[in-house]
Amino acid sequence: MSSTTKASRIGEELWKTRVDKVNAELVTLTYGTIVAQLCQDYDGNYQEVNKQLEKMGYNIGMRLIEDFLAKSNIGRCANFRETADMISKVGFRIFLNIAPTVTNWTSDNNQFSLVFDENPLADFVELPDDGRAQDELWFSNILCGVLRGALEMVQMQIEAHFVSDVLRGDDATEMRVSLVRYIEDEMPPEEE
Amino acid sequence: MSYYFTILSPTDVPLFNIAFGTSKSGGDGIARFRFPDTAQYMNQFIIHSSLDMVEEAQWMNGNMYLKHIDTYPPASAYISAFLTPSGARFLLLHQPPHAAGPNANAGGGGGGGGIGGSSSILGGSFAAGSSAARASASSIAANPTSPQTEEAVRQFMAEVYENYVKTVMNPFYRQGMEIRSAVFRSRVTAAGRKWL
Repeated sequence: MSSTTKASRIGEELWKTRVDKVNAELVTLTYGTIVAQLCQDYDGNYQEVNKQLEKMGYNIGMRLIEDFLAKSNIGRCANFRETADMISKVGFRIFLNIAPTVTNWTSDNNQFSLVFDENPLADFVELPDDGRAQDELWFSNILCGVLRGALEMVQMQIEAHFVSDVLRGDDATEMRVSLVRYIEDEMPPEEE
Repeated sequence: MSYYFTILSPTDVPLFNIAFGTSKSGGDGIARFRFPDTAQYMNQFIIHSSLDMVEEAQWMNGNMYLKHIDTYPPASAYISAFLTPSGARFLLLHQPPHAAGPNANAGGGGGGGGIGGSSSILGGSFAAGSSAARASASSIAANPTSPQTEEAVRQFMAEVYENYVKTVMNPFYRQGMEIRSAVFRSRVTAAGRKWL
């Protein structure tokens, strides 16, 4: 577990010294407004909203990784387990000041879950009670895209999706992340 | 004591309402209005009729809690009001329990100013005879205009206000929309159980 504690120490340190803080309500309300507006624009087609959020996240992630590496100054991870710790203890710490729990590894070390004890994006949120949002909308889906975009820029193709969300009445908010493959250096990033 | 609580938008559109009874002194939290067959619309009517008083009182001082502002003697209904800075009005109608017996009925029709004092005296005299009346005499219910009641209502309003703020911060809530959140309703119920 030493890599985990090391990662959380790095995360704490960076959060204290290198990160500009911004008001939490500003973030929450801005993100909430974006999702609400998307829901309105796509006329309650929540699959499409999920897709758009993921795409927005992907574009954020591709840039954010640069900022992340510049701030943290950490090198390449030795394996996917270390990557997971870096995502949770450093990445989420410096950008959202949370550290989701890494858990539920598969035996081949290619899939894990991030369990969010708190989620600043979803403060105050209650999903619309139209009978479908509870089953179809992944409110924080932008995070999946962020991970996908960020890891793609460091030669990891991953797939991320939410499997449960407290907003839907589930016990926990859980995101499943699976490594598809390591991208060879020469490959151009897929266009989106 | 029975309560009817309403949130009105700045343009007097009802956004939320709930009826509940006291949970203090062994109350079961179920509203028992004096005239149950008409209570449903009469309560709304009484509350809306107090809006003029609210509008008069709201500029008198800087407080958000306006305390007891209006009384409707025929139903012995007391209205307390709370204003939010954005202009929403929280109005709480409270009605002391219908004390049984001829004495109580005689007192029940009295003027608004006198009711608070007289009903507490009646409650005290009943205490020897009936345990139910004793329970109500010691509770805030017996005296709707007492400082204790004002304080309890203030606490209730403050807690509802806190939850109201969270509810309107929900990105899927649009200003002026009816509050349908089940979470908010349960929190209001909980606040009622806690303070009233």
